[in-house]
Amino acid sequence: MKATPNISQGLPSLADIWVYLSATPLFGLTLTLVSYLIAESIYQRSNKHPLANPVLIAICAIIAVLTMTKTDYQTYFQGAQFVHFLLGTATVALAIPLARLWKELAAQALPLMIAMLMGGAVSVLVAISVARLFDAPPAMVASLLPKSVTAPIAMAISQQAGGSATLTAIFTVSTGIIGALVATPLLNLLGIKDWAVRGFAVGVAAHGIGTARAYSVDARAGAYASLGMGLHAIFGAILLPLVARWVL
Amino acid sequence: MLKGIAILLVFQSTGEVVAHFTQGVVPGPVLGMVLLLIFLVVRKNIEPAIAQAADSLLANLSVFFIPAAVGVMLYASSLQQSVLAWTLAIILSTIAAITTTALCLRWLLSRTQKSASKIP
Repeated sequence: MKATPNISQGLPSLADIWVYLSATPLFGLTLTLVSYLIAESIYQRSNKHPLANPVLIAICAIIAVLTMTKTDYQTYFQGAQFVHFLLGTATVALAIPLARLWKELAAQALPLMIAMLMGGAVSVLVAISVARLFDAPPAMVASLLPKSVTAPIAMAISQQAGGSATLTAIFTVSTGIIGALVATPLLNLLGIKDWAVRGFAVGVAAHGIGTARAYSVDARAGAYASLGMGLHAIFGAILLPLVARWVL
Repeated sequence: MLKGIAILLVFQSTGEVVAHFTQGVVPGPVLGMVLLLIFLVVRKNIEPAIAQAADSLLANLSVFFIPAAVGVMLYASSLQQSVLAWTLAIILSTIAAITTTALCLRWLLSRTQKSASKIP
């Protein structure tokens, strides 16, 4: 029995190790978490500058690594799906900040609801009109429709309306990043000082990524952002499929 | 921590089951969130285990969006073709949505506060 490896072959080459590693889910999972942690530390070091958005940096870094190593998305997703799965669990977890604010929320239920419905309606109308004005294909318009709602819901609505779930995921994340980028200067320009109003508007317009940005700036803004995102998620899930039938 | 995650997963699963039987009008995780919210409000008490698990998930909310968004590499060509349409649609609609929501809410809140202060 020859259990010992052939010494003349030497140590496994770097390429062999790479072939082994990239075939396991470990690669996609590690790449996702490490890229995110690096991006997050850049964000912290930049004094939470909106342009150093951690999601944006992490996505660019991951795509760069995948392109350089010629790894396809399917292989990457085998590992990354474990992170993707927790998006649903994190959505359920949004109930906790809502429950903490329940009394305050119940007292202001009507103003919050009206503001959320107005913001949501404006978002859909502007997005669809602009896309049509620039001759976007119908599948792209359908994928843009739910982009202000949190990703798992947006993806489900888009598929119902004849869009693509992946395109919607991309548009949803882009919306979140844009929202996180513009929120601070835009709200300053509008002269809005109340953290509750600032957070709520960002949560309605830019879901989880906007909420993450709001949390990193102010705790009260973050709680109201998750409230805006939660309300938009619930009512978007009910109303947007009807809106899709009407406008598409 | 583990107990909190288990509770979240129980509500997520319940949400998925309800979504399945209502033919997916409202997605499962959202139903799970609504059910958990009702449960917490009725009990008037947030168990520390749930709070701890939820807070640690929400503190890193951004990371969960990354795997789906990396899918942008699959659609590079069709996204390039109509790059102006979707980028402008997203930028303008997001600015419009933040502005509308913030101005509406500020106006509505200032009205209710004024009418409340008039009562006594």
